[in-house]
Amino acid sequence: MQATSEMADTFTGKAELVSAKVSRIKTLAEAFAYTVALCDGKEMCPLLVSGCELNLSDPSLQLCREKTGKIIAAPDLTPEQGAELRALCAARGMELIDSGLRRHLGGLDIGFTVCDLGIAETGTLVLNSASEEVRLATMVSETHVAVLPLSKLRATSYEAEPELLAFMADTPGYLAFITGASRTADIERVLALGVHGPLELHILLWEDN
Amino acid sequence: MQDADTLKEYRKQCQQAMDDEFLRQAMDSFAKAYRSNRVKAFSGMNEKELIAEIAAAKDAAIVRLPELYEEFRVKAERAGVHVHLARTAAEANEIICLIAKEHGCRRIVKSKSMTAEETMLNHRLEADGLTVTETDLGEWIIQLRHEGPSHMVMPAIHLSRYQVAELFTDVTRKQQDSDIEKLVKVARRELRAKYIEADMGISGANFAVVETGGIGIVTNEGNARLVTTLPRVHVALCGVDKLTPTLHDALRIIKALPRNATGQAITSYVTWITGANACAAGPQGKKEYHIVFLDNGRLALARDPDFRQILRCVRCGACANVCPVYRLVGGHRMGHIYIGAIGLLLTYFFHGRDKAKNLIQNCINCGACKEVCAAGIDLPGLIKKVHARIQNEEGHPLPSVLLAKVMSNRKLFHTLLKTARWGQKPVKDGSTGYLRHLPMIFGREQNFRALPVVADQAFRDEWPAIRPQVDQPRYRVALFSGCVQDFVYPEQLKAGVKVMSGHGVAMEYPMGQSCCGLPLVMMGESKAARDVAEQNVKAMDPARCDYIVTLCASCASHLKHAYPKMLAGDPSLAEAARAFAAKIIDFSSFVSEVLGVDRNDFRPQAGQAGTAYHSPCHLCRGLGVTEAPRRLLREAGLNYVPSAEEDVCCGFGGTFSMKFPEESRELLKKKLDNVAASGAGELVTDCPGCVMQLRGGAEMRGDALRVRHIAEALAERKK
Ligand code: SF4
Ligand code: SF4
Repeated sequence: MQATSEMADTFTGKAELVSAKVSRIKTLAEAFAYTVALCDGKEMCPLLVSGCELNLSDPSLQLCREKTGKIIAAPDLTPEQGAELRALCAARGMELIDSGLRRHLGGLDIGFTVCDLGIAETGTLVLNSASEEVRLATMVSETHVAVLPLSKLRATSYEAEPELLAFMADTPGYLAFITGASRTADIERVLALGVHGPLELHILLWEDN
Repeated sequence: MQDADTLKEYRKQCQQAMDDEFLRQAMDSFAKAYRSNRVKAFSGMNEKELIAEIAAAKDAAIVRLPELYEEFRVKAERAGVHVHLARTAAEANEIICLIAKEHGCRRIVKSKSMTAEETMLNHRLEADGLTVTETDLGEWIIQLRHEGPSHMVMPAIHLSRYQVAELFTDVTRKQQDSDIEKLVKVARRELRAKYIEADMGISGANFAVVETGGIGIVTNEGNARLVTTLPRVHVALCGVDKLTPTLHDALRIIKALPRNATGQAITSYVTWITGANACAAGPQGKKEYHIVFLDNGRLALARDPDFRQILRCVRCGACANVCPVYRLVGGHRMGHIYIGAIGLLLTYFFHGRDKAKNLIQNCINCGACKEVCAAGIDLPGLIKKVHARIQNEEGHPLPSVLLAKVMSNRKLFHTLLKTARWGQKPVKDGSTGYLRHLPMIFGREQNFRALPVVADQAFRDEWPAIRPQVDQPRYRVALFSGCVQDFVYPEQLKAGVKVMSGHGVAMEYPMGQSCCGLPLVMMGESKAARDVAEQNVKAMDPARCDYIVTLCASCASHLKHAYPKMLAGDPSLAEAARAFAAKIIDFSSFVSEVLGVDRNDFRPQAGQAGTAYHSPCHLCRGLGVTEAPRRLLREAGLNYVPSAEEDVCCGFGGTFSMKFPEESRELLKKKLDNVAASGAGELVTDCPGCVMQLRGGAEMRGDALRVRHIAEALAERKK
């Protein structure tokens, strides 16, 4: 079913409610440019927001130090797409990786993925995460940039159900619903973002048709 | 945790919890915020229909658990999963220890699992020399403090930021700030290191979906994603009740669970894992993946028609969020491992009678939990049933036995009440209508509210003289008084009669009626409760009236909802009980909706100081009546002023206030404080029990507040 613009508006509203940043793009190239600019704009001390500036225990500080330059992980791009993004990264002195994410568990600046489905009623992204690299890109990075092709947007979880079932039939499988950034309210019920996963979620709605 | 031997000791622990200032404030602000967040979260949705659908789907699955398990197992095994079924908690722990041993695991990271709390898995793992780290922030905090959770969704809700900062200072050996954002980031970095070292991840599961052979995990923090991804071994521990036939079932529950838990439309993450996934750290690049299903009494429960609906629970925690008792004493007292209304029940079934026997009594029967339960479970009803079952197993305590004996013999009961009139002579304060000092049978702790005296003449004795003559009746009404109005507050019933007069109502007061039996239910005396139900159904012939009107909200909801269930098993009574229940109506609804009483019935009167309204639990939730009484107040020109939390329990709860006077006192205090804040000079309500509590409390505090039954306030202004 074609995503109506109303559906896209609902999605945007719901995603923004859970502090995702939503933008519209027309081409994937725009998404690459957005991501590189975002990474470029991040603080000089790359892990500033992620807690490395705080009074950590010695082993945790050690882990923070493992990360040096700026790194973008984009594990699910085609070789051509990867080459395009890599060129942009190289021009700004950033590293682009598409595998071996386990070597970067201390932290990644940005994880970049293209999502498989979206659910408008809750502002949810659905990402096939059967690849461990895709999983890690969306878990370990400080910022997750997710492209959602509008053709993949569904109104409700029930409407997405046949497609969800199709993903799940392809075992082994790991399918992620992602709605906003990682959050907790475990201390005095005060909302805090980025407890384990990304501190920020940027969603790029791709007008792909 | 429940470690009190006696009820007295348990009460003492509850009192200590109530003395914890931080806890009280945290619980109060949470209770208030939760109510409005939940309303917002469900706005625009048909909440009741969704809950009914969840309940129906769960019910259909519960009776098929063994076959669902088999189907799931076959599917999951085909996708490379090792599936286990543990009969007991100890067996589950054993299986998991064995998996760790077999795969040479040393360090474990865990994401939140109430089921693992249930089996006390960490203790067992640690006994084997394994290092276990909880990665859910709240769970990590309580693990470091060696405590159990105080809420099923927010396990560390009882702690302040300062306590957490202190704790993290110890853990990191560096001074920590009490800023919450910073503390969360410290946890982020400290726990990141733990994931990396870990060779085994243990998660829970919210769903085991049979049609896919996969599990679903609902989280906000995203820790379950790391726990199920980084270590080479993954064990999911999951109650067999989480088996559900279709993905649709799970998607449906997800529409209600986060909304009910935290007011979110959906959690940040829902993770669906089907089969043993790629894992670079695992053997041949694959995850070693096990699912351990826990029975621990669930399969037996599923075969028990009286209690199987307990297995519908989706663990949203809402039944604690709205519970006035939880709000007072917190989760460590309102539960053992599982918390809130469902905790009271699960403690009995999972952890045994000993842990449950005191706990189960700590429910005031206000119905707030039932109203919000995501799975539509009749929690208060089941709590009373478990209480009765425990008493049947353990033997009934003497006061309970006596109460049952006396109450199931109406004549004896009524004679005793009348005799009490003579007994109270020396303690009666002539001018006020209260007992001057409490008779010996009441402890000093009952002294937070003045108790009324038994009236000089019971309503039933006055009735022949006051019964109105109606020539051509429009309605034939049988009055059900309940004990309190019959013997303590007959003036309320007389006022009710006055309000109904002039509308063509022919009234009867069937003399064979007795106590409605709710106090017996509250005491766990189900046999006696059934016997008085039978007496009342026989005494009040439904064929001879159009309505059975009662001015007592608690009686009304008990007569209407409990009688048909209690008598359903008796073919000679089942039909009569249904007919009886169908005719029950509360006073306000009858007067406002059936008789159409409006401003024309009342004398206009100027300068009325504000009238506050207390919405009795058994009226607003028990019968769903909220508008009629407020409308009547406005029609009568009583200048109704809303006050905060009108529908929160006043703390009476019948025998509850005798058993847990400390809690009753606190609930009463909150109620009267809210009324005082509204500036009202009068407080009316629809239930003589609430009047007794509220009037006695106001008297004791010296509040200049007039507390009456709504019928009295209306009668005074009737033309
Ligand atoms: S009925 Fe009221 S007091 Fe009892 S468990 Fe439910 S909410 Fe708590
Ligand atoms: S009993 Fe109902 S309200 Fe309580 S946790 Fe379970 S589903 Fe939620």
